[in-house]
Amino acid sequence: MKQELFEQNNAQQWQRFETKLETLESLRRKDKSTDVSGFAEQYRQVCHHLALAQERQYSPYLIDRLNQLALRGHQQLYRSHTNILYNIVYFILVGFPAAVRREIIFVSIASGLFFGSLLLMAVLTYFNPSLVYSVYPEENVMDFTEMYDPASKARMEQSRTAADDFTMFGFYIKNNIGIGFQTFASGFLLGAGAIFNLLFNGIAIGAVMGYLTELGYTDTFFPFVIGHGAFELTGIAIAGAAGLKLGYGLLCPGRLSRKQSLIQAAREAMPLVYGVFFMLLIAAFIEAFWSSSSYLSITAKYTAGASFWLLVLSYFALGARRGSQ
Amino acid sequence: MLDTYRKLETPENIDLDIHIAGPLVRILAFTIDSLIRFGVQIGLLIALAILGKVGMALWLILTFVMEWFYPVLFEVLNHGQTPGKKAMGIAVVNDDSTPVSWSASIVRNFLRIVDFLPMGYITGLVSMTLNKDFKRIGDLAAGTVVIYREKQNKAPTWPASTSAPPPVALNLKQQRAMLSFVERQNTLTRERQQELANHLQPVFQHQNQDAVNYIVRVATWLRGGQ
Repeated sequence: MKQELFEQNNAQQWQRFETKLETLESLRRKDKSTDVSGFAEQYRQVCHHLALAQERQYSPYLIDRLNQLALRGHQQLYRSHTNILYNIVYFILVGFPAAVRREIIFVSIASGLFFGSLLLMAVLTYFNPSLVYSVYPEENVMDFTEMYDPASKARMEQSRTAADDFTMFGFYIKNNIGIGFQTFASGFLLGAGAIFNLLFNGIAIGAVMGYLTELGYTDTFFPFVIGHGAFELTGIAIAGAAGLKLGYGLLCPGRLSRKQSLIQAAREAMPLVYGVFFMLLIAAFIEAFWSSSSYLSITAKYTAGASFWLLVLSYFALGARRGSQ
Repeated sequence: MLDTYRKLETPENIDLDIHIAGPLVRILAFTIDSLIRFGVQIGLLIALAILGKVGMALWLILTFVMEWFYPVLFEVLNHGQTPGKKAMGIAVVNDDSTPVSWSASIVRNFLRIVDFLPMGYITGLVSMTLNKDFKRIGDLAAGTVVIYREKQNKAPTWPASTSAPPPVALNLKQQRAMLSFVERQNTLTRERQQELANHLQPVFQHQNQDAVNYIVRVATWLRGGQ
């Protein structure tokens, strides 16, 4: 068949298909009223025409046009429609705890590195307080010493307003969640970045903890950190686990090609990353509005803090048990 | 075909042509995005300064979102195109050319910090030159690729002409060359057209403008005109 006849016979059909594509592409949300009946059929027809045009070596313009139509059709037909809200709820109830248990090896290693370095540094600094200066410059040490000094703390808390709480909330989100994401992404460097971030943060937190304990500021420091610590510290450990997983996928591809292994590791690590975001968001909220509150008694903060830890640990240990089996 | 074209076989058993975007156009798109992001952050800082400390909190949160999710949100919700990519006519898609998913987009954009190392996206650039699809590390890990989203060219105007059968039998490739010549005619100068047409003098026995006209007639015949 000559090209001109071919174009004449089918031009209308292509035009209809293109109009339908334009409606589909412009829709932000799936509008139920649009008529998309016959789309798949028309798409197959266009594919068929493209194959014919290629085989018969019709002019480049026509082939390009059909190729373009088929490509756009392909993207519409194979687009996945997901219900975001349902996915989020499902993820929190089932997906996240299941993912943590599935990756328990990486989570254990990351937790070991992070909490291990934290506790070790805390003990060392407790017995040798000058160690804190090898981690922080002098001004920083003076800053946080003053912040947790029981004498000055009462004064500082009174001057702290609700607006300050908000500012800190913003700061915690930007800073902490950013660190979480970095820990994950830097795991690509064969896991080295994730290990560095875990140890770095563990040592930094441990040094402060040991130093302040030795000074006897326990009643100001621990009630403050125990609440959000349940979400923040576990969040960082899980971010490290996601990073380690990524690095391991690259380092030990097993039977897959290295590229495929990397893609698969990234895909499997994603639930952990979403979870880190979720945990650190809660941590930022608690840290800004609960931990800093001066109206709550120390007992209340310890009780709440302990129950947060219990909640987080049992969430990972028991959450979605039936769903994952 | 140029070597930045890839064949993609679809479940319908046809080969689609995918045109991969190279580093230069992607750097330009990235530059535009960076400028937009920078401008918006400064604008927000000035606007939210009025709100004092609460404004500061909002600014911190919004810059956090822009830092990590600006490309993700645009890529997923806007057919794979951030404003910069849209301006350059390129888009992110999955390896199989389906629209990019949330997870894939997050992976490719979070791994930017690896691509950035040690400075100025050197790792990403090296990675792009080491594989045939110009993938940076983020693309490799996410299984995505950046392609041209070509605007369909205007339909070429086919010159009114009588038709003439070719003097010798032309194979499919040669026929296609004839058609292609006529479709591209308007983009070439008269001299260049004649220069190209003169190559066929030994076969078609015409020269200069006559040769051009003769090719147009042959192409019209091939296309099916009378």
